[in-house]
Amino acid sequence: MRRLRFAVLVALALASAFCRQDMQDQPKYKNLRGSAFFDDKRSARPVVEDTVARGSLWQDDRFTTGKADGKLVAALPVPLTRELLERGRDRYGIYCTPCHGLTGNGMGMVVQRGFRQPPSFEIDRLREVPVGYFFDVMSHGFGAMPDYAAQIPTADRWAIAAYLRALQLSQRTTIADVPASARPALESPDAPAKAAPLPVDVDDWRRAVDEGPTEPPEREH
Amino acid sequence: MAQIFHRSTNTLSRVSVFGAVFFIAFLLWLFDAVNRSPYITQQGIARVQPVQFSHQHHVGAIGIDCRYCHTSVEKAAFANIPPTKTCMNCHAQIWNQSPELEPVRESWRTGRSIEWVKVYDLPDYVYFNHSIHVAKGVGCETCHGRIDRMPLVSQHPSLEMSWCLDCHRAPEKYIRPREDVFTMGYVPAGRQEEIGEKLKAEYHIRPTRELTDCWTCHR
Repeated sequence: MRRLRFAVLVALALASAFCRQDMQDQPKYKNLRGSAFFDDKRSARPVVEDTVARGSLWQDDRFTTGKADGKLVAALPVPLTRELLERGRDRYGIYCTPCHGLTGNGMGMVVQRGFRQPPSFEIDRLREVPVGYFFDVMSHGFGAMPDYAAQIPTADRWAIAAYLRALQLSQRTTIADVPASARPALESPDAPAKAAPLPVDVDDWRRAVDEGPTEPPEREH
Repeated sequence: MAQIFHRSTNTLSRVSVFGAVFFIAFLLWLFDAVNRSPYITQQGIARVQPVQFSHQHHVGAIGIDCRYCHTSVEKAAFANIPPTKTCMNCHAQIWNQSPELEPVRESWRTGRSIEWVKVYDLPDYVYFNHSIHVAKGVGCETCHGRIDRMPLVSQHPSLEMSWCLDCHRAPEKYIRPREDVFTMGYVPAGRQEEIGEKLKAEYHIRPTRELTDCWTCHR
């Protein structure tokens, strides 16, 4: 009987050894993990006033504020390259299309769901503003639009501003503006119409909304 | 004096000695099976959150890109849980009277954080970095499943080490072109093996021996 009791104790000790999760849950802070030390329970501390985070000190005022001598800059403070425009299109697709729409007409999905409609980028006022204006609005917000300074890094805001100019041009472009060499590609039925695609296939989500969650389609291997 | 046990108990005792082997094997199997079950791994179990945020609605129906909220997924280890400010970008105007969203507005008024429940909780001895996976063509969907069809998010894979290794041993079976990383419902345009092999070379994905080194994930 005593031996049995001993065996049971050993078994229990072994079993509880398996249950310890000290390595799994170490007493350290990982991203956004709560803290028992600070009053607001955040381990991620807000930036201390009048300090600049490493890597975010830029000397060029035109680049960081979009202004020179208190006036909005009319020229991009970064070199205009194809990569910059493509980056801008990409970021525009992520952060701006929910309201402004893919063509910039101000009829994005969130507007269709009741957000105040922003003006189209095509209107004369916005065609005439200096490029720094777009940067300034993205950085500080305007009207109903909140600021995107926290979501879009400075360099990307300039990329979007540059792309907005291209977007404005594209809305008043006729086939006559396209070089003759590029026209056949545009007229072919499978011309790439791939400007910042939505993250989902439209038919897919309609189906998802109609039918609720379904299994993903079988993949071919 | 009569025998206490009948003769048949001789057979019974032999069988039970033999059977004990199977019984112990069964217990070991049971232990392993429970350990791999969703009861322990939490696979497929939707978490209750302080706000019943629906990815199916925001991603599937509205079409908002993952990166609108998960801003650092391309450049940091952590994909980022958005601050209340990001919710308020839209919900200052839309559904701004909804009782469902009261915790969001309260957080906005008071500056206190919404305490979201972590769904993919890796053990602390595992190093994981989102940005490298995104850069090498691992789609969100590959690990997170059809987020655009999840009203409440649950953990898609088991998150067992063997699951990580499935891909680290044969990334060509899973990777996709970078421009499709954020696509939901991606279907490869051709044979996955061929596309995968091509991308593996193009994106300079390290050989399996390096990807499966202990220190790749345990550092």
